[in-house]
Amino acid sequence: MSRIEILKTYKLYIGGQFPRTESGRYYPLTDKKKNVIANICLSSRKDFRNAVVAARGAFSGWSGRNAYNRSQILYRIAEMMETRSSQFVEELMVQGATKANAEKEVKLATDRMVYYAGWCDKYSAVYSSVNPVQSSHFNFSVPEATGVVAVVAPQDSSLVGLVSVVAPVIAGGNTCVVLAATKFPLCSITFGEVLATSDLPGGVVNILTGTTKEVLSHMATHMDVNALVYCANDKSEIKSAQEGCVDNVKRFFHWNKNWNNAASQDPYMIIDLQETKTTWHPIENIGIGGTKY
Amino acid sequence: MRQITMSTKTKNSGVKLEFNKGWGYQPAPESTDHIRLEKKYGHFINGEFVAPSSGKYFTTYSPSNEQVLAEVAKGDAKDIDKAVKAARAAYNKVWKKMAPSERGKYLFRIARMIQERARELAVIESMDGGKPIRESRDVDVPLVAAHFFYYAGWADKLEYAYPNRKPESLGVAGQIIPWNFPLLMAAWKIAPALACGNTVVLKPAETTPLTALKLAEIIRDSGLPPGVVNIVNGYGDAGAALVNHPDVDKIAFTGSTNIGKYIQKATAGTGKKLTLELGGKAANIVFDDAPLDQAVEGIINGIFFNQGHVCCAGSRLFVQEGVAEKLIRKLKDRMETLIVGDPLDKNTDIGAINSKEQLDKINSYLKIGSEEGAEMWQSSCAVPSKGYFCRPTIFLHASQSHRIVQEEIFGPVLAIQTFRTIEEVIEKANNTPYGLSAGVWTDKGSRIFNLTSKMRAGVVWANTYNKFDPTSPFGGYKESGFGREGGIHGLSAYLKIS
Repeated sequence: MSRIEILKTYKLYIGGQFPRTESGRYYPLTDKKKNVIANICLSSRKDFRNAVVAARGAFSGWSGRNAYNRSQILYRIAEMMETRSSQFVEELMVQGATKANAEKEVKLATDRMVYYAGWCDKYSAVYSSVNPVQSSHFNFSVPEATGVVAVVAPQDSSLVGLVSVVAPVIAGGNTCVVLAATKFPLCSITFGEVLATSDLPGGVVNILTGTTKEVLSHMATHMDVNALVYCANDKSEIKSAQEGCVDNVKRFFHWNKNWNNAASQDPYMIIDLQETKTTWHPIENIGIGGTKY
Repeated sequence: MRQITMSTKTKNSGVKLEFNKGWGYQPAPESTDHIRLEKKYGHFINGEFVAPSSGKYFTTYSPSNEQVLAEVAKGDAKDIDKAVKAARAAYNKVWKKMAPSERGKYLFRIARMIQERARELAVIESMDGGKPIRESRDVDVPLVAAHFFYYAGWADKLEYAYPNRKPESLGVAGQIIPWNFPLLMAAWKIAPALACGNTVVLKPAETTPLTALKLAEIIRDSGLPPGVVNIVNGYGDAGAALVNHPDVDKIAFTGSTNIGKYIQKATAGTGKKLTLELGGKAANIVFDDAPLDQAVEGIINGIFFNQGHVCCAGSRLFVQEGVAEKLIRKLKDRMETLIVGDPLDKNTDIGAINSKEQLDKINSYLKIGSEEGAEMWQSSCAVPSKGYFCRPTIFLHASQSHRIVQEEIFGPVLAIQTFRTIEEVIEKANNTPYGLSAGVWTDKGSRIFNLTSKMRAGVVWANTYNKFDPTSPFGGYKESGFGREGGIHGLSAYLKIS
């Protein structure tokens, strides 16, 4: 008699833990033959709000980490992705990908995490400036993390889309709440398991499954969310989300790229979620003639 | 003139310097005989001054004596449409195709002509807006020229600002500016937009239209191709028409957070690029090791510069308990020396409140502050009987929940709180929906870096306050808006870099 396979319950990832949705609701994920693959948590407004609390709680710690440390943690995430690659491939295939495409996607996603790991301690040097003001002041501008970011992950991809948009957000010291692709949710929770074993502090990335229809308006209007990154492609959703962003002057970005393209990665996405801080300090004028040597 | 008595004996500290009692000041008014103002101004569209389509004009007054300065065309949606069409045509036919270095040369030329007409611009700015001539002459107008000069040089160097990208202009930029720095805000908007290859339609504030019209004269005289810069005066409905115009690619707004939110909503789903520079409620933090006399100057400059009509004004003062009594005494002494009065007088420190409406708003906050339980103190200076004036005001014993601590007053009103620990003051300073600016006063370098990195604000002044420079990016966190003006970072507002 063949062994009965142990099926995995797919849950959410909030504050470093894996709770079920507080709403108790689910939606069935089925394969092409209409077989149920998994019961996926249908996240509620309350789940989102709980996740924002976790993300806000993690913000000062994560943004305060030194850049080298953040870089190492992102690299550690890539290491964990590599060791889980066969699981990701299987999940992608269950969700309809060919083996070749699934393997390609997992490799690309893992390499993309490495790409952003490398940026953690470099983007601020590229995008900072020392400003030559006329008056006797030292003046410099540096990027700082915007804060808590809500993310609607690309909806046509299970893994590489998610990784492509989460990595630049956290590389820059932000924390986030991500809504995974509704129709391809499996890899997102497995990615949560990767994060949970990667030295990434709980709450830095929180992953919800569900629908934009239910969650997006709350992402847009939540007063403790600083920015919204929308990676789906529905014009009416973009409009209503941008209108919702008004309540607390939330930053809104529509990232729309072919994430399977190796070139769909750049530091400008990191910079989208950075504020520029400019600091002034007087310079003493004694000895202004300078030195002869 | 009173007799000079530089000091008096006081009970506690022996000798107290009383400069205001010692020295009297003769009036030293800036002359206005060289100022040429038309009785009536049209819109500046397609390189010439034109009458408004409605035939309607509004009156602009001097807030310091309520005298009529000029009639100004009152723009409506038709005027805006005409201006946007002119800007679009100029963009497509001329400006987009022009070699960037040539664009830059026009900006250099405008910068030079501003310098040539600096005195005239400063005097009109003070007449129309009410700010002291000392500020319009020494701060506003020099910064205006410098801003054009700075961005002129960027026009043919944009690729160097964006590694691995080829930046492109956006098209037509709609720009709406406030009344607190009328000409400077026009410069902050127009110079980078043009340097980046866009054409513009600018809507100045209705209480301060004149210097933008003088700038229009300079732009006309500079030979800038018609339609590259268009200026339509008017009220909020003209601004709304500009925001909602379908052929505008970009909106840049400086003003209140409420209007900013309206604009953010109006542009939702339109694909228009948006930058907002909105309100603030900055914390100015004084530690017990700070150089107190310099801190007092910084506090004064922080809240009373430009009558406190400054979005980045240091309107919340946090003083460490150990020095609170001493600092507040010094602050009151210094406030007693401030001269409130004729903006055109070179000795004036605090000019006229920009409008009656704004004065009413400030006065309502003075009432609210007192009713909420804070202790109001004002300097005893004389104020002119005509015009709109407000004595420099501080509120002692304010607390976080007070409206004078939470809300932007936009006047010479300072809410003072004390604190004991660094953790406490960081929490209090950041506990606001705003995040435009902050100030820190301490002698300790490591503490400066700790505090400046902890402040959730776009501009942080350490041991100084209210300094501005074209090379230095300005703009806020949180509900103080998004995007930067000034410096290399200010270019992004006017470019496509994807």
